[in-house]
Amino acid sequence: MINEAYTSEAPKATEWKLPSPRKVAVVCLILTEAGLFSIFVAGYLFYIGKSLTGPTPHEVLGLPVLATIFLLSSSVTIVLAERAFNRDRVGLFKLFWFATIVLAGLFLAMTAVEWHKLIYHDGLTISTNLFGTTFYSLVGLHATHVVVGICLLSLVFVFSLLGFVNIMHRERLQMISWYWHFVDAVWVVVFAVVYVIGR
Amino acid sequence: MATQEIALPKVKEPDVSIIERLHGLVMTVDHKKLGLMYIGTALIFLVVAGLMAVAIRLQLVIPTNTLLEPDVFNRFFTMHGTSMVFLVGMPIIAGFGNYLVPLMIGARDMAFPRLNAFGYWMFLFGGLLLYFSYLGAPGLAGHGSAPDVGWFAYAPLTERAFSRGHSTDYWILSLLLTSVGSTVSAINVIVTAITLRCPGMKLMRMPLLVWLMLVTNFMTVLALPALSAAQIMLLIDRYLGGHFFDTQAGGSAVIWQHFFWIFGHPEVYILMIPAFACLSEVVPVFSRKPIFGYPVMVGATAMIGLISVSVWAHHMFSVGMTSVGNTFFAISTFMVAVPTGIKIFNWLGTMYGGRIRFDLPMLFCIAFLFQFLVAGLTGVMLAVAPLNWQLTDSYFVVAHFHYTLVGGFLFGIFAGFYYWYPKAVGRMLDRRLGLWHFWLFVIGFHVTFDTMHFSGILGMPRRIFTYDAGRGWDTLNLVTTLGAFCQAVSILLLAINIVRSAGKGKLAGNDPWDAWTLEWTTSSPPPEYNFATIPVVRCRRPLWDLKHPEDPDWKYE
Repeated sequence: MINEAYTSEAPKATEWKLPSPRKVAVVCLILTEAGLFSIFVAGYLFYIGKSLTGPTPHEVLGLPVLATIFLLSSSVTIVLAERAFNRDRVGLFKLFWFATIVLAGLFLAMTAVEWHKLIYHDGLTISTNLFGTTFYSLVGLHATHVVVGICLLSLVFVFSLLGFVNIMHRERLQMISWYWHFVDAVWVVVFAVVYVIGR
Repeated sequence: MATQEIALPKVKEPDVSIIERLHGLVMTVDHKKLGLMYIGTALIFLVVAGLMAVAIRLQLVIPTNTLLEPDVFNRFFTMHGTSMVFLVGMPIIAGFGNYLVPLMIGARDMAFPRLNAFGYWMFLFGGLLLYFSYLGAPGLAGHGSAPDVGWFAYAPLTERAFSRGHSTDYWILSLLLTSVGSTVSAINVIVTAITLRCPGMKLMRMPLLVWLMLVTNFMTVLALPALSAAQIMLLIDRYLGGHFFDTQAGGSAVIWQHFFWIFGHPEVYILMIPAFACLSEVVPVFSRKPIFGYPVMVGATAMIGLISVSVWAHHMFSVGMTSVGNTFFAISTFMVAVPTGIKIFNWLGTMYGGRIRFDLPMLFCIAFLFQFLVAGLTGVMLAVAPLNWQLTDSYFVVAHFHYTLVGGFLFGIFAGFYYWYPKAVGRMLDRRLGLWHFWLFVIGFHVTFDTMHFSGILGMPRRIFTYDAGRGWDTLNLVTTLGAFCQAVSILLLAINIVRSAGKGKLAGNDPWDAWTLEWTTSSPPPEYNFATIPVVRCRRPLWDLKHPEDPDWKYE
């Protein structure tokens, strides 16, 4: 009915193109996640050096260089996987996608080794002192996001092995990739705050 | 347009049993049904939390009253505050956003209908979990019942040592659930407004309500995680032996206040902006003029959104910040008054020279303008740090924020409620009952909250369960309680009106107010698909063009 209001003299509607809902939604999700992380980061920064008892970060933390290399290079492999997917090279896509999962898994394994050392060797748990509380909360929150990412990646990998993933899922894969880049970017911040500034 | 009524043959409505109807509600992903479910549930929580307020006022009506035990009193003001913010304010916003945004931008549904339903159910079960604390919270320790730590739950009162049992855990977990619901609903509204606009509806042609909903939901997305993060930290403290807010181990109680108010102050604007949104739609229609200064309104809203994230510590002047901190937060708080003032002038500018129709929605808007102005002025008073030291935690503060949230938020929402009820139900709300509701509510509101300012200035602290006679507060408290009853009666009239008018009200037709936005082109209530054909718009007031083809808006925009 409303469209009858316009006779031929009214300007024609121009080309009408709007952003994809999925992309806007994932950007919003990333924004709200960033809000969550920034509070934990603020908490960590605020409590640096405020622990009443040891151990201190300087005594027990080592630089997780290898873990960082694993995680950051997984951002590269997921881009390569996407590129292969867009060029319809399914085998290469599966290879790079799997490599991403493996690299993420290696990162988690390194975290597990680090935490095992901290807990059993250095006696640092979440309830030991403020450093323990803030450290395990922030790094744990990030690790939780890595676990969620691995679940998403593995789901796609299983589906692609079963042959369910096709060109229609291009944007969905891209969204997972955006999330994964966000998780990596957060790690850069966590690395700077926990292992560089806080040590 | 409405001159020719086409007589349709009477079709016998199929009998639908109650079970089937309930099943329909549980299964629905329709944005209109979910919107109404949000609003309906919020109104129920409004009544429950309102009755708690009445009980609080009854306890305070005379000095050394013994109606409520101190513990019960603490639980009541905690549950009242928590419910009003998270189970009334937030879902009402979600409800208005859900119902109106797709209709106003010419879309058939929200961007993610199933996510929408998920958000509603998260909110509902979060709310039920909060109230379940009355039964469940004694837990193993045998202590406590509902949460009793106040709606902002200051540490270290919430730590395990001081809050035994599980009442605080219920507070944390239920709010985490409702926060998830609010966040997904906010994301949904943002995505809908950005990606589902009908052809021709550029951003600067969106109805102001959609713009304001966009801003407010954007603020939700950014601010709500601060609360969730703080609550997760509190859970870590309570269950894993962490020390975030444990002052014995070097933790800081003040940082909880910072985290809470980083969420808490934007939250106030998250609630207020939808009320502004209702005004921005109602005032032009009932003044018979287009909104004055549309781009400025959009800009002012964005400004409020931006500034409101840098004012949080004005809730904390008395905790002993540095003078630099105090000055910064005082000045940033004064700055919020600028865009807010711009808005008030724009509404006045819209009314100026208009042919004002004093229908119920407009009456609520006019009351809003007066009351919100006063609320803003007492806000500026409280932003003056030295005066704040004098007035903080007194009834003056209680009066101030009830002036914004009842006199502002609720009046704005009621204006929207009377305006869009005909669209949602198909029938008009009864005008006589509505006038009773309006005047009783205005009188009750002023009797209650005007007097609170004075008892606050006379030194009555907030959250005390009783007081001694002869401090000069006796009469004021008596009057305040009378006002609360007046408000309760008027809300009862509203409830009667809602139920009665749904069955017996005057039929509304598509466009009872002679309005200009897209939701009035479709039937009342709208069909499930909203629009038979997706509309195309060329200006901000598409219905004006339809009604006045000889002088359309698009020629001037």
